[in-house]
Amino acid sequence: MDFRILDAGDTALTIELGDRLDRHLLAAVTAVDEALAKAIAGGYLPGIVETVPTFRSLTVIYDPLLTSRAEIEPGIRAAIAAAVAVSVRRGRLWQLPVCYGDQIATCGPDLEALAEACDLTPAEVVRLHSTGTYEVYMLGFLPGFPFMGDLPEVLARPRRSEPRVRVPAGSVAMAGTLTAIYPWESPGGWHLIGACPLPLFSVAWPQAALLLPGDRVCWRPIDAAEYHSLSEAMPAMSASPLPPGAFLLTDEAPR
Amino acid sequence: MRAVLEVVSPGAMASIQDLGRPGLRRVGVPHAGALEPGWLRLANALLGNAEDAPAIEFLAGGLVLRARELPVQIALAGHFAAALTGADGQRRVESWRSVTLAPGETLRCGMLSAGRVGYVALAGIRVPQQLGSASTYARARLGGLDGRLLTPAAQLLATAGSHGEKRLRTLPVDAKAAIRVVLGPQDNYFDAGSIARLLSEPYEVLAAADRMGMRLDGPLLRHRPEKGSEIISDATVPGSMQVPGQGQPIVLLADGQTAGGYPKIATVISADLPRLAVMAPGQIVRFAAVSVVAAEQAARARAATLRALIADIGPLAEAGALDLQAIYAVNLVSGVVDARSEEPPISSAPYSWERN
Repeated sequence: MDFRILDAGDTALTIELGDRLDRHLLAAVTAVDEALAKAIAGGYLPGIVETVPTFRSLTVIYDPLLTSRAEIEPGIRAAIAAAVAVSVRRGRLWQLPVCYGDQIATCGPDLEALAEACDLTPAEVVRLHSTGTYEVYMLGFLPGFPFMGDLPEVLARPRRSEPRVRVPAGSVAMAGTLTAIYPWESPGGWHLIGACPLPLFSVAWPQAALLLPGDRVCWRPIDAAEYHSLSEAMPAMSASPLPPGAFLLTDEAPR
Repeated sequence: MRAVLEVVSPGAMASIQDLGRPGLRRVGVPHAGALEPGWLRLANALLGNAEDAPAIEFLAGGLVLRARELPVQIALAGHFAAALTGADGQRRVESWRSVTLAPGETLRCGMLSAGRVGYVALAGIRVPQQLGSASTYARARLGGLDGRLLTPAAQLLATAGSHGEKRLRTLPVDAKAAIRVVLGPQDNYFDAGSIARLLSEPYEVLAAADRMGMRLDGPLLRHRPEKGSEIISDATVPGSMQVPGQGQPIVLLADGQTAGGYPKIATVISADLPRLAVMAPGQIVRFAAVSVVAAEQAARARAATLRALIADIGPLAEAGALDLQAIYAVNLVSGVVDARSEEPPISSAPYSWERN
């Protein structure tokens, strides 16, 4: 496995496995993450606080009062050497409702401009976005924020040159070949094409996040009336001890 | 007995913080926690609380608190002073000590010139934890009181009574040395001249600073044209110094996002990040590069210094209090002892620096 260890201060290091969006890299990241988890569970790497997998790298966070880079690096290198390339977990298949366009105030304002930039009609963008099945590659940025891919190339556009100060919670967004849902209101530079009325993160759920890496997502276009009725159920869905199972198509993908 | 401390005004911004919520970055949950964890520990230690107990963190002053029906012992940490107003008039209370608010007494906190962050700890504070921490991360409604920043009329529960007031006999040194960084992880996205500028020129803390991050203004840092100003998103940590396309650095703080798509030229070392995080807009900062080994040594040295300060906590002596007043009198910016003047909240306009 090719990798570089990059300095990230005195509390972290980053194992960079590549600098592309690539399923093989993702599998390698998962393999290294699992190998490290095993070493940590076995007590071989005390002082490691957590690991953070991304598309192409794994960041290891440690406590410099409990260990040091010099103490953990050999163990990390050994774990990488022992990592077996695994296939990325094929998790649950979700069908998430999305109200496309600007039917919901402040959501989806970019659908028309994005369609124009792609030389398509808004309806074609909706059809292309909603017919694909997307894999959750990683979570990050905000609690429960899923980076999902891949969009068809014809929809791939760079991020907005001027990021928005406020992206509403629930916004369904696109950037490059990725699509996502903003779980919380935040700043953001992605193109907003619709609104999803589901909670994506709740402390009441066992893993807090609705979508986990390896899960797959397809979309079900809904109208504004259904959006509003689902929105009303959001507090109950958040408070429930399990994420809403009504939007699960399968628990585990067939092998 | 359960006492209630009421938030009369949160000032510009105040929240409940403890030492943060590690372990959940893989699902996108930031660390959160105190911007200056050492001061939070000191404030708690002054009360005999567990050092990692939650406390009030306020930004930029204006925090006003009032004890309700029962006395509440509190402790102050940070470069600020407070005015205590009760039935028998008003007196000034310096930081780095504990003090008991009698029923009905109010405490008004005002910032000193040196920074933007202060802590008020409460003896026996009770705040429920969420995902292992009481720290407020308001964006995702986590921690604190109902996941929110403190609002007027918010009520905090503490243990009633007083157990003897204490003070720090040695005050934390406000070091003026350069903020140390470890270069990387994406320093190879920048030309040698840019790295040299970062490590030699002054940068100014901009008003666009909150718990998430701090924008700096100084000589431009240029991305190598063949590398560009975007990376495939990877993990960030508190201290990550991102450089977006316009070339001005942004340092992520406790609430910083867990992943980002801007190249990170350097990482502020853990020993110096609190010192940067408490700087006020307009203050000037210089950076110096150190090795990972030196950064780890600095982390241990910082921890040892803090242990020594805590070991030197002693009873509040009148003479000591007068010394403190003399030290602070020269630093005072605004008339914080004048309880009649309402400090206007400092507006923090929303701004955007994230590239996710």
